[in-house]
Amino acid sequence: MSLVKVTIDQIEVEVEAGTTILNAARIIGGNIVPPAMCYYSKLEGSGGKCRTCLVKVAQGSAKDPRPMPKLMPSCRTLVQDGMVVQNITSPEVMEARKAITEFLLINHPLDCPVCDQAGECHLQDLSYDHGLADTQTVEDRRTFAPIDIGDKIKLHMNRCILCYRCVMVADQLTDHRVHGVLGRGDHCEISTHILKAVDNDFSGNMIDVCPVGALTDKTFRFKSRVWFTKPFDAHRECTKCIGKVVLWKKGDEILRVTGRKDKYGELEEFICNDCRFEHKEPNDWQIEGPRKIERHSVIGQNHYEKL
Amino acid sequence: MAQQILLKNSDVPGLASFEVYRKLGGYASVEKTLKNFTPDQVTDEVKKSGLKGRGGAGFPAGMKWSFLDKSTSNPRYFVCNFDESEPGTFKDRHIGQLNPHQLIEGMILGSYALGARTSYIYIRGELFYVLRIIEKAIEEAYANGFLGKNILGSGYSLDLYCHPGAGAYICGEETALIESLEGKRGNPRIKPPFPAIVGLYDCPTVVNNVETIANLPWIMNNGAEAYAAIGVGNSKGTKLISACGHINKPGIYEIELGLPVEEFIYSDEYCGGIRNGNKLKAVVAGGSSVPILPAELILKTAKGEPRLMSYESLAEGGFETGTMLGSGGFIVMDETTCIVKNLLTFSRFYHHESCGQCSPCREGTGWMERILHRIENGHGTMKDIDLLVSISKHIEGNTICPLGDAAAWPVASAIRHFRQEFEDHVKLQKCPLSK
Ligand SMILES: Cc1cc2nc3c(=O)[nH]c(=O)nc-3n(C[C@H](O)[C@H](O)[C@H](O)COP(=O)(O)O)c2cc1C
Ligand code: SF4
Ligand code: SF4
Ligand code: FES
Repeated sequence: MSLVKVTIDQIEVEVEAGTTILNAARIIGGNIVPPAMCYYSKLEGSGGKCRTCLVKVAQGSAKDPRPMPKLMPSCRTLVQDGMVVQNITSPEVMEARKAITEFLLINHPLDCPVCDQAGECHLQDLSYDHGLADTQTVEDRRTFAPIDIGDKIKLHMNRCILCYRCVMVADQLTDHRVHGVLGRGDHCEISTHILKAVDNDFSGNMIDVCPVGALTDKTFRFKSRVWFTKPFDAHRECTKCIGKVVLWKKGDEILRVTGRKDKYGELEEFICNDCRFEHKEPNDWQIEGPRKIERHSVIGQNHYEKL
Repeated sequence: MAQQILLKNSDVPGLASFEVYRKLGGYASVEKTLKNFTPDQVTDEVKKSGLKGRGGAGFPAGMKWSFLDKSTSNPRYFVCNFDESEPGTFKDRHIGQLNPHQLIEGMILGSYALGARTSYIYIRGELFYVLRIIEKAIEEAYANGFLGKNILGSGYSLDLYCHPGAGAYICGEETALIESLEGKRGNPRIKPPFPAIVGLYDCPTVVNNVETIANLPWIMNNGAEAYAAIGVGNSKGTKLISACGHINKPGIYEIELGLPVEEFIYSDEYCGGIRNGNKLKAVVAGGSSVPILPAELILKTAKGEPRLMSYESLAEGGFETGTMLGSGGFIVMDETTCIVKNLLTFSRFYHHESCGQCSPCREGTGWMERILHRIENGHGTMKDIDLLVSISKHIEGNTICPLGDAAAWPVASAIRHFRQEFEDHVKLQKCPLSK
């Protein structure tokens, strides 16, 4: 593979040709990495939708130095040799990101106090970084009643940002997708195929990929705020998946089992429903040790460093 | 009388039948082209003719064809965009309903040039009766050897299908159209890659508008030079304009590009002036998404030159003082029109039709509609007007497909040119034009 040089916020990096701007930025790391609410490196075809990762391409390539006329989604734009990208150094990008954050929030219920995702929610993180202190909307928000999609997963459509990740998980991980996006525009909803329950060995991963609290684990529902639980890396012999998970414990009790997420909130490996929902006894698992939470999110900032 | 390419025989009874169409010289271009032209020569002719896409963006047709990836042995597809759903635009329907064979003839020429063996006409779901007419015409073309295997003994074979959509404006966006044609949800794709490289069933594909394609037979019959001789500047040929609103003679007109706007609105050959002798207030010149212009700027450019019905002249002045020819949906408003109410109608449409994939369009279109609803009904504030401008600015350019821009431009332009009217709504706490 040939290497190409790209400069992001004045930092130069060499990456393989065919890398996206976002992944090049992740190689550099730190605060120049654009936020990504819909892209998921393990899901083919993801990204391009939420527009939180928009960046300015100030120079297209060494060969064709013209700037790109519009802001580009960094998760879906490939780097070119000699490309110059501005993220946090571009006021235009920062303004757009603020606007996108506001768009994502105008129909959001802001029900963090009763949402199981609070503390590990990417929309919460995004709002801390780019949100306004005040709201500019006076109108009612669109509302849906929460529903069960299958016996293990709760859907709060009000909180969904339509990133399509859960649809892609169902398409790419399970043998039959029975849910999808119904309708158009801001009246879209995630829904199951008439009277079908989401019930599949790998469906629980939809919970982990959901960036917000739209899909939550019914077996963990209202058991605890995530920041009062302690995460431990653990594993077991599993015939269906790799069996490497994070246990979220309160005292000796295992309240929740999730996959292991990297610093961008993406699962390292998908896990099966057996591990996720059916093994909550301490002797089901070999504990490896406490898990360090690297995200700069709410849980990261408050308690976890000290755990 | 202006040159007629598309409407020439529309008054002839039975034009939709193969027999009548053939008697009037129909399908001659297919005979001539398959015999005397290689596919690349057809592309060259279309390039030389200067024909631009009539679907809205005005991209040169021949140039688009030349981008088609011919390097692989994958099938190539030629697709006709018959989704026509833009408010104010109703010209393609006319071709499909009255003159379906001219469209089919164009489909054969385009497919031949691009090397497509299977082609599709994707038609708006609401036009079911037109679908029937086109399907019958396709059957006739098969029966007479113009479609199917080994057309006219040339060795070239083509299958043509007409496929109905299910009533979504967004399926007129070419990549959403392709998704829909593949049987999926009509969400626009993220570009690049462009359809010319990765299109229908991931194969190289060209999508063209109905009117673009219906011009091809005339070009092949009469030559590129003859076509390029019609029009003005880089706006070659004729254009169908669907004129509606407060004019005496709404309808579909074929104009030679370059006709002065003033003549189009006021002459008896075309719109026949404003109804009841009223004063012209504003025009949306190219379908609901292009910027609205007040009377003084639609008749004359900011430089004081007469505004012409052409790609360049309508765009003169950029979005500050100009607009776009777009798809040719010409909406005329007289002095009794409330600009805010009209804009609310447009905004409601875009809100309803947003596919919902990307956040700025999904959330912004509804937000703009709700604010406009408030202003029109007397509950708006001065801050709301600036908020509308800022929302439209934050949608524009930040979305996956141009529907976001199409929703933003009408809002930005209406406030740019008619801000006073918005402020009056706020001050009076009602619509100043309501009784
Ligand atoms: C929201 C949206 C709706 C569109 N609807 C249509 C349509 O109904 N008919 C059409 O020909 N082009 C439509 N277009 C433009 C197409 O994407 C495409 O540019 C066009 O079909 C290309 O044909 P042309 O080059 O012959 O104009 C639409 C574009 C957008 C963004
Ligand atoms: S439910 Fe969650 S994962 Fe699915 S589309 Fe909505 S936000 Fe994305
Ligand atoms: S701009 Fe609107 S219609 Fe186009 S992809 Fe985004 S949400 Fe869908
Ligand atoms: S992460 Fe790039 S658009 Fe959503």
